[in-house]
Amino acid sequence: MIRFLAAATLALLVLAMPAAATEPRATGGLGLIVERATGSVLLVDRMAHETLARIDGLGDLSHASVTFSPDERHAYVFGRDGGLTQVDMLEGRIKARVMQAGNSIGGAISDDGALVAVSNYEPGGVRIFDAATLELVADIPSGGKTVGLVDLPNRRFAWTVWETGTVWLADLSGAAPVITDLGHAGLNPYDAVLSGDGRHYIVGLFGEKGLTLFDMWQDTPEPVRFLDDYGREDAEMPVYKMPHLQGWALTEGQFALPAVGQHALLWVERATLAQVGRTALHGQPIFAVAQPGSPYVWVNFALPHNDTLQVIDSRTHEVVTTLTPGAAVLHMEFSPRGHELWVSSRDGNRVFIYDTHSRTVKAELEAQSPSGIFFTARAHRTGL
Amino acid sequence: MHNAAALCLGVALAGLGTAPATAEISAARAAALEHVVVQDCGSCHGLVRKGGLGSPLTREALAHAAPEALAAIILDGIPGTAMPPWRALLTEAEALWMAEYLLKEPAQ
Ligand code: HEC
Repeated sequence: MIRFLAAATLALLVLAMPAAATEPRATGGLGLIVERATGSVLLVDRMAHETLARIDGLGDLSHASVTFSPDERHAYVFGRDGGLTQVDMLEGRIKARVMQAGNSIGGAISDDGALVAVSNYEPGGVRIFDAATLELVADIPSGGKTVGLVDLPNRRFAWTVWETGTVWLADLSGAAPVITDLGHAGLNPYDAVLSGDGRHYIVGLFGEKGLTLFDMWQDTPEPVRFLDDYGREDAEMPVYKMPHLQGWALTEGQFALPAVGQHALLWVERATLAQVGRTALHGQPIFAVAQPGSPYVWVNFALPHNDTLQVIDSRTHEVVTTLTPGAAVLHMEFSPRGHELWVSSRDGNRVFIYDTHSRTVKAELEAQSPSGIFFTARAHRTGL
Repeated sequence: MHNAAALCLGVALAGLGTAPATAEISAARAAALEHVVVQDCGSCHGLVRKGGLGSPLTREALAHAAPEALAAIILDGIPGTAMPPWRALLTEAEALWMAEYLLKEPAQ
């Protein structure tokens, strides 16, 4: 009898205890999916293809992006309404949250994980916070809306200003921040990207033809224009959505870049900055991301072609497959070694998980208006 | 509601080049248009229309404007800026519906 009671009590205890408290869990297989319209994020296990929790109360998440602390314990979610939210990836809850501006567009984390930078539209400029406490460390007005904010090695950040075209570098490795004007990228820069080796900061232009590159390995990086003549005017089409350069493909020694206002991808040789190819596509590209460990680049598109994905071989510049996952495909995220691709279909209220080798859907998850998908492995990459 | 809107979006965007400007906007199409305003205009103007790369489109921000003028901006865009022309995707009646929606509907 006593034994039976003891066993029953034990069973009750075990049942009452949340699994997280009893079983250690790793964070390397976790990620967040932004639910754009409801101000929530889904905490997912990308290896089990499971949603672990929905976390509410993050505000306006249109155009939200996420970075991770180096230990993958915390996510920093940058909301459109200026909210900066620190999410605990193990406990599945909001740990800290500040409204740091009126209207913001993205963020980055320093290489040592100590500082989180947020780029703002209203007021413009960049604000930098202590990653542990979310206290303000530096406020850097830049005279306009900030785009293309990236982290650089040694506690540095770079960004570009939409109205003025100026590129700024902030160095926070010393006692006081050192802010440098790197020069003029061009008219109405819409976004920028840093190559994974931290060398090339590339700024995309909306207001004129071409792109501008800065070699960040140099002591005084200078603007270098390229693709000055990719024929924007010839077949100018309405741009219903600005391309995103973050995550843009660098593969086979080439940059794959979007032709703004055209249904095409341009291939530029990294060493010479000469155009070496042009791939006609189904629509205006938004993201083009290289599948890790392969020659393939996956592309999604702006309205009204945003139900489609195309896969391009970077060796031949040819489209090898066209897929139609669902309505309003907004974002793609590869597993770190490329065996899977997660694809969000905003209007299908679904996330599709592709086997990248067979290019078929192997699993799907329900989500409310999903947009960005972010896996913790991003913690270990420069320039995100 | 969002699901219904999503289902009609394709229809709304596809069938429209042909509808006459005076056509009535059905309830289903109105839901699809609302979805376009929130989500697709929202990518530049913000989900709650407080602005982003595009200017704020709240009732207050647009109070000065006539619906016909806004509809013209929606159809033809603003040359030299990032505001694209939507004529290929929307009819005149739909653009007017959107303009009136922006003027009367409070942003959430
Ligand atoms: C690619 C970005 C983008 C998209 C998408 C977009 N807009 Fe705009 N829109 C802009 C910009 C930028 C401006 C401000 C242009 C300027 O500088 O005057 C603007 C201006 C406007 C204005 C004029 C506001 C005023 O105060 O006069 C209206 C109205 C408008 N947009 C409506 C819409 C509607 C409706 C949609 C969706 C069908 C839409 N926009 C989608 C970028 C965009």
